[in-house]
Amino acid sequence: MLIDEQGQAGGQVWRAKDRSILSAPATPESRSGDNLRERLAASGVRQMTDTRVWQIERQGEHWVIHTLRNGAAGRLHSRAVILATGAREEAQPVRGWTTPGVIGLAGATALFKQSIRLPGRASVVAGAGPLVFFVASEIRRLGGTVAAVVTPNTRADWLARLPSMVARPDLLWRGGRWVADLMLAGVPIYWGHAVKSVSGDDQVTGVTLCRLAADGTPLPGDIGIAADSVCLGGGLAPSTEAAQLAGVAIRYRPELGGWVSEAELDGSTAREGLFLAGDGCGIRGAVAAELHGQIVARTALRHIGQASASDPALERAYRRASRFGEAMTVLSALRADPIGLATPDTIVCRCESLTRRTIEVEIESGAVSSNAVKSGQRAGMGPCGGKYCQSSVARLIALHENRALSEIAPPTPRPPIRPVPVSALAGDFDYDDLPMPKPAPL
Amino acid sequence: MIRLVPDHSARIQRTEKVPFTFDGVALMGCAGENLAAALMQAGVLHLRNAPGDGAPRGAFCMMALCQECVVFVDGQSVESCRLTVSSGLVVKSRR
Ligand SMILES: Cc1cc2nc3c(=O)[nH]c(=O)nc-3n(C[C@H](O)[C@H](O)[C@H](O)COP(=O)(O)OP(=O)(O)OC[C@H]3O[C@@H](n4cnc5c(N)ncnc54)[C@H](O)[C@@H]3O)c2cc1C
Ligand code: FES
Repeated sequence: MLIDEQGQAGGQVWRAKDRSILSAPATPESRSGDNLRERLAASGVRQMTDTRVWQIERQGEHWVIHTLRNGAAGRLHSRAVILATGAREEAQPVRGWTTPGVIGLAGATALFKQSIRLPGRASVVAGAGPLVFFVASEIRRLGGTVAAVVTPNTRADWLARLPSMVARPDLLWRGGRWVADLMLAGVPIYWGHAVKSVSGDDQVTGVTLCRLAADGTPLPGDIGIAADSVCLGGGLAPSTEAAQLAGVAIRYRPELGGWVSEAELDGSTAREGLFLAGDGCGIRGAVAAELHGQIVARTALRHIGQASASDPALERAYRRASRFGEAMTVLSALRADPIGLATPDTIVCRCESLTRRTIEVEIESGAVSSNAVKSGQRAGMGPCGGKYCQSSVARLIALHENRALSEIAPPTPRPPIRPVPVSALAGDFDYDDLPMPKPAPL
Repeated sequence: MIRLVPDHSARIQRTEKVPFTFDGVALMGCAGENLAAALMQAGVLHLRNAPGDGAPRGAFCMMALCQECVVFVDGQSVESCRLTVSSGLVVKSRR
């Protein structure tokens, strides 16, 4: 059984197209994704798409997965569960980042892959690592205009990563072509810069950039750029909430994207029958995530008593892909100060419209943990569940208390980890009670 | 000018456009297209007002997490980035 909240399997990288697309030129991602979906359909695996998991708990010998589909809640029982929840995008709040027309940098890839649409007519593309060049390049491929590329990384940062990148010459070549194309087209690339503020009332009209010092502090000398849209990335962080509900501990590993779930290389965790795969246990990128899934599937099969030998060649390939992926994650974290560009009146928590100043006052009055800020000011209590403010809040606590980020855990996730309408719970039912054809016994 | 990344925009074929409404305003969108993308394409970016300061907000994460793109359809509040356009769809905002 495969459960996914998206309408079709594929996750972020192999995201399927909307039905509105009748035909479009294939890309490496669309080819791999279509191939994967074909193999999945042929495999007989039961797919529950458009289905959200909002709670996981242990009952006797089984895990109980609480789902939400078409507004109705349900439950599934299983001896073995693999959580492959992937990543979410981080944000670095700056003045005006809540203006309509500002979308996430990773979020923009979803818009391209799924709907083949552009965020606007002229876009500023800002963020770290290779994603910023992929997004800028896709905007050009889809006929749009890139007003500027803004990245905190310098050319020296990239050069320093070359030795790890030669592990994947194919990806290195692809990335080099994106940058060369942008340069040929005369798109300004601001290395070592960041978006400091976004202007516009009900739609973006432009951005202001600043240069960054090596530690991420903004330097004087503002640059203004006109644009009607911004793709703004703050890096990726593992989605750990589901594993945390199941009792898996988290550890601070900034080189892997921040707080990551604790799991062995083969996917096993401290909880019996619960396995983790992919970016959820550390951002290592799409190539590594796919290989990891194959390794972890073998572990889960062994757990339920099916013969499935581990494969040393697979593990070697995974280690190689991980080295590349980890180098990219480190690049994305360089010079990233989650709060360094936020002024006192910058909104930090979008859901409750809380500014940096409001949260700082709360910390000064004694709220020195993420949970305390959450109950005091409701930062993190809004509908997004704190996903877009928790890193900023942790950074503010660290600054005020002079503590390390590794000591300031994100707020404890509580079910539901996805919004569940009250009406859905009234008709809560067990999928096991439905007269559905059952798959082969596991 | 030499392009290393070719322009593919002319090679994308979409379904026919169908009518839908946003707060009573008639719009057109491709049948089956993601609603958040279709609204963006139609130039509708302001989807709701923020709590507190009432400032305009629009789709942000595009992955059904941030809840900024939530609209009302059939009386239910749903993320528009998880819905698709169909003929006659009636979308109401939380503006
Ligand atoms: C928005 C976004 C765009 C990205 N774009 C790119 C890109 O273009 N290129 C690139 O190299 N890397 C990209 N990345 C990084 C990329 O996510 C990973 O490297 C890769 O996809 C990891 O694979 P995965 O299987 O671990 O996770 P994913 O591919 O993210 O898959 C996780 C799946 O779990 C599902 N899921 C999560 N939580 C729940 C829940 N509670 N209930 C039900 N289903 C759930 C999601 O719907 C998703 O399908 C992107 C990341 C994000 C967040
Ligand atoms: S844009 Fe974030 S939930 Fe839809």
